[in-house]
Amino acid sequence: MEKFIKLKSIPAHIPLMNIDTDMIIPKQFLKTIKRTGLGKSLFYEMRYDESGKLIEKFILNNDPYSKSKILLAGKNFGCGSSREHAPWALLDFGIRCVISPSFADIFYNNCFNNGILPIIIDDKSIQELSEYSKRKEEIEVDLNEQEILYGNKKLTFDIEPAKKKRLLEGLDNIGLSLKKIPNIEKFENSMNKTKPWI
Amino acid sequence: MSKTLYDKIWDDHLVHEDNDGTALLYVDRHLVHEVTSPQAFEGLRIQGRKVRKPKLTLAVPDHNVPTTDRSKGISDKQSKIQVDTLRNNCKEFGINLFDVNDKRQGIVHIIGPEQGFTQPGTVIVCGDSHTATHGAFGSLAFGIGTSEVEHVLATQTLIQKKSKNFRVNVNGSLPAGVTSKDVILKIIGTIGTAGGTGYVIEFAGEVIRNLSVEQRMTICNMTIEAGARAGLIAPDDKTIEYFKDRPMSPKGENWTKAVAHWKKLFSDSDAKFDKEVNIDAKDIEPLVTWGTSPQDVSPITGEVPDPEKEKDEDRRTAMYRSLEYMGLKPKMKISDIKVDKIFIGSCTNGRIEDLRLAAKLLKGKKIASDVSAMVVPGSGLVKKQAEEEGIDKVFKNAGFEWREPGCSMCLGMNEDQLSSKERCASTSNRNFEGRQGRGGRTHLVSPGMAVAAAIKGYLADVREIN
Repeated sequence: MEKFIKLKSIPAHIPLMNIDTDMIIPKQFLKTIKRTGLGKSLFYEMRYDESGKLIEKFILNNDPYSKSKILLAGKNFGCGSSREHAPWALLDFGIRCVISPSFADIFYNNCFNNGILPIIIDDKSIQELSEYSKRKEEIEVDLNEQEILYGNKKLTFDIEPAKKKRLLEGLDNIGLSLKKIPNIEKFENSMNKTKPWI
Repeated sequence: MSKTLYDKIWDDHLVHEDNDGTALLYVDRHLVHEVTSPQAFEGLRIQGRKVRKPKLTLAVPDHNVPTTDRSKGISDKQSKIQVDTLRNNCKEFGINLFDVNDKRQGIVHIIGPEQGFTQPGTVIVCGDSHTATHGAFGSLAFGIGTSEVEHVLATQTLIQKKSKNFRVNVNGSLPAGVTSKDVILKIIGTIGTAGGTGYVIEFAGEVIRNLSVEQRMTICNMTIEAGARAGLIAPDDKTIEYFKDRPMSPKGENWTKAVAHWKKLFSDSDAKFDKEVNIDAKDIEPLVTWGTSPQDVSPITGEVPDPEKEKDEDRRTAMYRSLEYMGLKPKMKISDIKVDKIFIGSCTNGRIEDLRLAAKLLKGKKIASDVSAMVVPGSGLVKKQAEEEGIDKVFKNAGFEWREPGCSMCLGMNEDQLSSKERCASTSNRNFEGRQGRGGRTHLVSPGMAVAAAIKGYLADVREIN
């Protein structure tokens, strides 16, 4: 997994609440057996009309937002289906940081398994950052300092230390958990005695 | 110290906990389907990793499979590749698979309990958000992403942070025509789609106790639509009775031991909940959704809401967008909304009790002439049972199509989809934009309400069908 340390980009703002994972990547693209190649189908129904033509007014179809690495969105981003295809599609498009007042639980966890940083900040701050999107000015996210830098201002955000470490170091969760095999074995041995039906 | 049911199951599965509360949780049961697993198996292969406990995983294709005649195989090339890939992966890693033509095949959340693979007090995960369904049996069950599926396959554990405790009490008794689907829609309408974020919700109260275990599954199934990690209902005698003699249920001495354990699975009377909501059953009417979020609910006797009356600006914007997508006008009567399609099925409402209830209302009647309707049983065994009871004939005589089991039009990954602007009364769980097909308009309802809509050709009140 690619490390996440600092990221600078003009943010793209989609001012909608409850952006669900069906919206992020519709069902017809879940038939893949790969993790890559989903970027062109990100937000498919908002991006393309029924004949497959680009919808010009959709923000990600326009420069410089078609190269945005940071997405600003309304609350409860990523609700609905557990499909990891949603973060895969964002990542494949080039987005490595999503900023929203709140995230749905499964999507939030999925981000950390793909080197994407989800940042929770309040509505007012989103509005402030959205001005930079409108003006096509860059903002910078510094994970180590837990800061978003914009103009000559900055705001800080919270993140669990373990999740922060994983992104900063690009760690493989499975590898880390496999180091705890002795704990797992001990647990299983005890369970075999107390709950033999499992 | 007193504990909630969630606390008890959590503590019972804790393999390791870091100082910051990051925990390694043991997974007792893992369900796998064709859509969210190929990349996980591929990941294992690339790293040269094995499946730690193949027997604790059960696989079934359900999302992609056609619900029409399966004798010729799957015609959609990509779907076929996914189903074939699942078969090959199960063979390579030694995982039990109910393949497409197995009579036990069905929706993953229906076959788990049906087989007794699901059990009270266990931790159950699956790469599907509706895994919450299994919480109806007092198991801690939740959906995970594909990377986590890979983690579970390799380690039989999952890295988790503990959620907070939330209890929803549904008190009193349900009015006529109101079912567990209406109860959960009411709960989501009350707390909102993010109302449960960060929590595990335990459902309690007289109404929940009086529901059958299958009706409880409908409630827990849609917990995810309220944003919660999982939904839980304490097991009781009905739960224990349900698991008696299921193929994968504990047997003999193990059954006795298991039952003794299951009887300890309840929240202590003085357990503390971080949040609690009370709902009075008498306030619940048969409900429908009018918008594109499961919290957009209205009684069937009500009207489409007017966004102008909404004070929150974001919410108002979302309401306008929903109404435009749904092709509805503010203040129109819900019962004036004309439907084109009816879908009865899904992990929310595709069980035998759902089909029995629908068939009872439908018996001797016909669906409206301009409506097309289909029933997709939740599993091969549900289908078989229904056919033994003559339920298939009731549906067919009324004008419904009787299909093969699978997820079908709940998410439209196979051919079962809505066309643009087609309107559907659906017993499924999500009314998102494009969910059942691009431009398709979904109204979530109970099976009884789906029958009422099928007969009248409009969203209709189940209490007026006799």
